[in-house]
Amino acid sequence: MPELMYREALNQALAEEMERDANVYLIGEEVGRYNGAFKVSQGLLDKFGSARIIDAPIAELGFTGLSVGAAMVGLRPVVEMMTWNFAILAMDQIVNNAAKLRHMSGGQLRCPIVFRGPGGAGGRLSSQHSQALEANYAHFPGLKVIAPATPADAKGMLKAAIRDDNPVVMFEGERLYAIKGEVPEGEHVVPLGKADVKREGTDVTIITWSRMYYFCMQAAEELAKEGISVEVLDLRTLRPLDEEAILASVRKTNRAVIVEEGWVLAGVGASVVDIIQSKAFDDLDAPVERVTGLDVNMSYAANLENATQPDAPKIIAAVKKVLYREGA
Amino acid sequence: MASPYSKELLLDMYRKMYLIRRFEERAGQQYTLGKIAGFCHLYIGQEAVAVGPAEALRPDDYMLSAYRDHGQPLARGSDAGMVMAELMGRGTGYSKGKGGSMHIFDIEHHFYGGYGIVGGQIPLAAGMAFASRYRNEDRVTLCYFGDAAANQGSFHETLNMASKWKLPVIYICENNRYGMGTAISRTSAVPEIYKRASAYDMRGEPVDGMDVLTMYEAVKDAAEYCRAGKGPVLLEANTYRFRGHSMADPATYRTKQEVEAERKGDPIPKLRAYIQKQGLAQDDVFESIEEEIKARVDQAVKFADESPEPSLDELWRDTIVEEGEEDVRPRERVLGQKVNWPKYPSGQELKVTWDLEPREQAEAADKKAGLIR
Ligand SMILES: Cc1ncc(C[n+]2csc(CCOP(=O)(O)OP(=O)(O)O)c2C)c(N)n1
Ligand SMILES: [Mg+2]
Repeated sequence: MPELMYREALNQALAEEMERDANVYLIGEEVGRYNGAFKVSQGLLDKFGSARIIDAPIAELGFTGLSVGAAMVGLRPVVEMMTWNFAILAMDQIVNNAAKLRHMSGGQLRCPIVFRGPGGAGGRLSSQHSQALEANYAHFPGLKVIAPATPADAKGMLKAAIRDDNPVVMFEGERLYAIKGEVPEGEHVVPLGKADVKREGTDVTIITWSRMYYFCMQAAEELAKEGISVEVLDLRTLRPLDEEAILASVRKTNRAVIVEEGWVLAGVGASVVDIIQSKAFDDLDAPVERVTGLDVNMSYAANLENATQPDAPKIIAAVKKVLYREGA
Repeated sequence: MASPYSKELLLDMYRKMYLIRRFEERAGQQYTLGKIAGFCHLYIGQEAVAVGPAEALRPDDYMLSAYRDHGQPLARGSDAGMVMAELMGRGTGYSKGKGGSMHIFDIEHHFYGGYGIVGGQIPLAAGMAFASRYRNEDRVTLCYFGDAAANQGSFHETLNMASKWKLPVIYICENNRYGMGTAISRTSAVPEIYKRASAYDMRGEPVDGMDVLTMYEAVKDAAEYCRAGKGPVLLEANTYRFRGHSMADPATYRTKQEVEAERKGDPIPKLRAYIQKQGLAQDDVFESIEEEIKARVDQAVKFADESPEPSLDELWRDTIVEEGEEDVRPRERVLGQKVNWPKYPSGQELKVTWDLEPREQAEAADKKAGLIR
């Protein structure tokens, strides 16, 4: 299997789906002649032309709404957000229009559209450019929300998202784009709504998604050296949550730690805890722990920035806590 | 001078304007009776703005509006009973009672909705027009919005794109001079909305929104312009709502005299006078039309009254489209009538020939700017 960077996997998914379906177009800032702010759309303008790879003005609300309108009448737009921080300006169109069209029309309309771009901390960019915003979107009925961690999932889930008849919000990561992994060629479609056990274990389940996945794997490896067997469940899709997979893993290990880049209050992890406590309470041997970004705005200074985010040592500490091995 | 309009067209316009007027009066009554709840924005006074354009467009042209959205679908041929049922929150409404007064959708008649976020539908319309260009169809999209919506960012962001990409979309600003209780001149640096088109190198014109024939001509011309690929058009229909912003608004921010003066420009008697002056129809014809419409609206109210609320399992439908799920066709669902439904070319059939930013043009521009590519 070829090794690809996350950005190349996305590029492959886009190219394949655009080849397969002329209704698919890509719009966003710098996606065309600049080949993408993060080079996800490298080479696509030459391949598909200027009506299908569209350099948009810096008008997030405008080009997002325009694409929702195009989706209402049968096109399948992919809207690239330069980052999700900027997409806050477009949130009205995603939440008030895309997510509600089927409902408001009583089932007459569908809105097959993908909103995608990097979320989470970019690295030394301070507070306006370093936010994990997926919890906001996971809140809304009418949307699907995905946040793949690996190149293979990035490709397979983007393909599934483009084929989906609902609005799909996709969180990538500035610090994921250069990560490499094996990616199946051609028809590799990962169904939305399915979590994935990325590492099997018996003592504790770590539940995570997106970039935090890598810290979790690192922590799992460290812990293995101490004889602690960690299962890592990559949620991949945040709406709808894969309850079955969450419960199956927790019933097996009886302990859970949830790792989330975003803030603690009303985070996605809070909902995962809710599922576990209400449906697997009797299976638990310890209270569920959460590791989240600190409840502060992100700073520019390197030491402050690092301290704000979850990392392997914080995850290891949480695992030990649910195993009652604190200070061990 | 003989009228350039056929008797059929003129009477059809009259029938439609009268239908909207009557429908809205009865909707107002139903609200007062507590049968319609929430926000209910009546169209009384603005009928010409819906009817002229509806007659000027092709039936397959797309249309959408804000929340003051009962008039336009009625002008396009929507079933009055099903619109009234939607207003009353009944399962037989166009959206099964899930949308209510502010969200009428009738896709069969290419009416793509009423939207409750001020200005929120403006970019959607450009996107629908974008899709038409993308597929090389000569369809036009017509989008209504209010005078206050012209101060939203969505308006400016969209006009810029629509003009730059020459999208076949007609924007009609229904300038009824107020956004809720605020006179447009109090919040707008340029209260003549049509002038704003010039900022985007786009065609913009004021139109007498109290005259259905002027509206008809303006949209006929604009549609031709759009279909010829010349780009979007902004029309400012100067109109007036005779009632408050919504049924909850006593409209104390304007004087009785102002309303009385505006009522003299009522578009319905105006059209009637024109038809009579042309000698095309006399009182008896109008009386029979009015009787026919009154009966139709009575029937609509009766239909809605007798319709059940939506079933509770409707709660779990129409949020996410499940795989293989079909779209709901309201008149088929409610009245059992076969309807035409939009069909789009598959991804393999569709050939995109549009060059949105021609390469040579881009390269010439680069050269001129001293950039080497
Ligand atoms: C974004 C947004 N802000 C505020 C409102 C509340 N609101 C509803 S209608 C309205 C006035 C809009 O006036 P205008 O655009 O002129 O349309 P009209 O009601 O006159 O037809 C306001 C402020 C809203 N629905 N959406
Ligand atoms: Mg107004």
